[in-house]
Amino acid sequence: MFGYILRRIIYAVPILIGVNLITFMLFFMVNSPEDMARAQLGAKQISPQMIQAWKEQRGYDKPLFINPNAQGVSVVTDTLFMKESLKLFTFNFGISDSNRNIGSDIKERMGPSLAIALPTFMIALITNISLALLLVLFRGSVLDTSMMIVAVMIMSISGLFYIIAGQVLFSKMWHWVPISGYDSGWSGIKFIILPVMIGVFAGIGSGVRWYRSIFLEQINQDYVRTARAKGLSELRVLFGHVLRNGMLPILTGVVVVIPSLFMGSLIMESFFGIPGLGSYTIDAISSQDFGIVKAMVFLGSVLYIVGLILTDISYTLFDPRVKL
Amino acid sequence: MIFSLLWTDMLVWGLLCVLILLGWGASRSPQVRQQWHTIFRSSIAMASTIILLFYLFFTLLDSVHLRFAIEPAEGKSEQVQYSEIVSLLDLIFVHNIEGTERTYSAPFSQHEYTKSIVVDANGVTKQEYLPLKHVSNRDESIQTSLIAIMIGLTISMIFVFIHIFWRSKGGFKDTFRLTFQGKTELPWRTAYVTMTLLITLFTWFYMLSFDYHVLGTDKVGGDVLYQSLKSIRTGVLIGILTTLIMLPVAILLGVSAGLFRGWVDDVIQYLYTTLSSIPGVLLIAAGVLSMQVMMNNNPTWFESTLERSDLRLLFLILILGITSWTGLCRLLRAETLKISQMEFVTAAKAFGVGKLTIIKRHIIPNLMHIILISVVLDFSGLVLAEAVLSYVGVGVDPTMHSWGNMINQARLEMARDPMVWWSLFSAFVFMFILVLAANLLSDRVQTVLDPRNKS
Repeated sequence: MFGYILRRIIYAVPILIGVNLITFMLFFMVNSPEDMARAQLGAKQISPQMIQAWKEQRGYDKPLFINPNAQGVSVVTDTLFMKESLKLFTFNFGISDSNRNIGSDIKERMGPSLAIALPTFMIALITNISLALLLVLFRGSVLDTSMMIVAVMIMSISGLFYIIAGQVLFSKMWHWVPISGYDSGWSGIKFIILPVMIGVFAGIGSGVRWYRSIFLEQINQDYVRTARAKGLSELRVLFGHVLRNGMLPILTGVVVVIPSLFMGSLIMESFFGIPGLGSYTIDAISSQDFGIVKAMVFLGSVLYIVGLILTDISYTLFDPRVKL
Repeated sequence: MIFSLLWTDMLVWGLLCVLILLGWGASRSPQVRQQWHTIFRSSIAMASTIILLFYLFFTLLDSVHLRFAIEPAEGKSEQVQYSEIVSLLDLIFVHNIEGTERTYSAPFSQHEYTKSIVVDANGVTKQEYLPLKHVSNRDESIQTSLIAIMIGLTISMIFVFIHIFWRSKGGFKDTFRLTFQGKTELPWRTAYVTMTLLITLFTWFYMLSFDYHVLGTDKVGGDVLYQSLKSIRTGVLIGILTTLIMLPVAILLGVSAGLFRGWVDDVIQYLYTTLSSIPGVLLIAAGVLSMQVMMNNNPTWFESTLERSDLRLLFLILILGITSWTGLCRLLRAETLKISQMEFVTAAKAFGVGKLTIIKRHIIPNLMHIILISVVLDFSGLVLAEAVLSYVGVGVDPTMHSWGNMINQARLEMARDPMVWWSLFSAFVFMFILVLAANLLSDRVQTVLDPRNKS
């Protein structure tokens, strides 16, 4: 087990290097550090010395991949790519192009992101699974068919619609909750309720359909027939057998996203004015701040790989047949 | 008059030709015919397909671009000048393009949405609603509606009769009777009803659009109905072209990884794991930002704003394609691994059949259902993604008509009272119908084609 995890972590290194390679290439293929410095320092009265200082501070003065002025190994090591991506591997995110400490920014904004993402994830998981079990219990009935039609419709509506309709109904017309904003602690709950509810509702269509198909696949298996033949009630069959055996495909889809919850939701956070990592990313994208974008890409990839490893570990917990 | 071919036009028409050829080739196989027959036996699938074809029709109509020669002014140079590029759809709705108002107005409204300050003949300053410029004062909407519905019904009837006549091999009367009793093998009645509804609805809206702004106007007075129809092309293009562009890559890499194993497999696995571990929106954003800078640095690539936004759409499709091939590639690799272990492939190998022939004859046909399912499944997701990406600012060009841009602009007016709801409403409804039809069809395709559902 321990050896397996270690091996997976070592495998992750070339993938993360690849991720950095792609980000750096995409950005520097077209953006010169010169332009970035000009854009960040503002247009008026910038001397070449200021640009030079700005570039040196961020390591942008070095060549991207190959340094022709260096000797030996440092032809490839004394470059922008090597210096900057090595820093990322130690989770030293450096300073953004607009002179902010990215590491502390991320720490600060992780809380609000989680405050939205974690409840949404938990409530959605519980609602979707219970609804799916309910539909499987009444499979083939009018309830099942009509709910499936509703699910396709919920799925077909743009997520933006739910957000806008929710804000108009609950905030603007009925004044139940404030339209946007954030506060830490218990007083923040009134800001969180609406985005969480909308997030859960928007995902209900595809979620219920997915879980339902997983359970239906189990329900025709021989072991379920045996359980029924033993005289178990349908509810016992569902919770004791179908749910437990359906756990494996559910884990595959669910565990991998748990670490990524830290990244927050881009759309939710910017609509509801929540100072989390999602809105941080959107701001960085619109102001073309390479420092933040590369940090967020790296963080996102790390969290995704952690999610993959966690998925494998969770298998061993739920399925005794799986050994790592 | 000359035809001018934009990049995306070329792709649309090229792909249409390829699809027709492929469809014609596949239709000669009795198995494939049987499968599609089963798919369309469901009336929901039939109705969805008619709706999708209706959207496709507008896409194609909007993909024929023309330029008209302008009469040279007297004494000026002999060289022929050409007007802006317009599409066939623009020509049909030319009265709406020229009939822009000053600002917002509600659907069927006679006056503007906001009061303006007017000084009347006596010099008194008042606040009142200004009348719209391009709306007729005659109240003939009921007559026009009746005429429009009649015309719509007639047109649909003609189509229906032609199609029944074309299908009837026995007698026209029998076929007609069976169709309307719903006793045909394929649910043609549903198809005819859906088509009649769509055509009648369109003619009704179209006839009224001469006298009113049927779905209102937006901030700068543009007609919302026209914008929604123009957005169809953007949505459909992103939905279809993205998957079709990435298909060859996904198939090539997925099949070679599964078949050749060894270092080829390692490299391809590394490639798609790396790409899929980058958060999707960030990769798209980084790609679109780079592209924007590239386009700003090369202003010679395009002559007009239309060509510019078209190029941007093309790049967006490419970037979306790059980010979305990984999932399909992973599936195809796993399936190829499975198939290449099967007896018939081993037998083919033992007979000395070449690798390429094995791929063509044994592997690709057995992957077809995965490919088809993923194409229809991805379509609706991509149409919805366009709206979100345009909201983040990394979608299509802001000057381009798209549902995402419509939503984005209208969103800012939410705080107004009474609300400016019609832009949002139209964009969401047009998008909802397209995505719902695509989802319903993809459900049916999945049930029929997925071998796991054979029981």
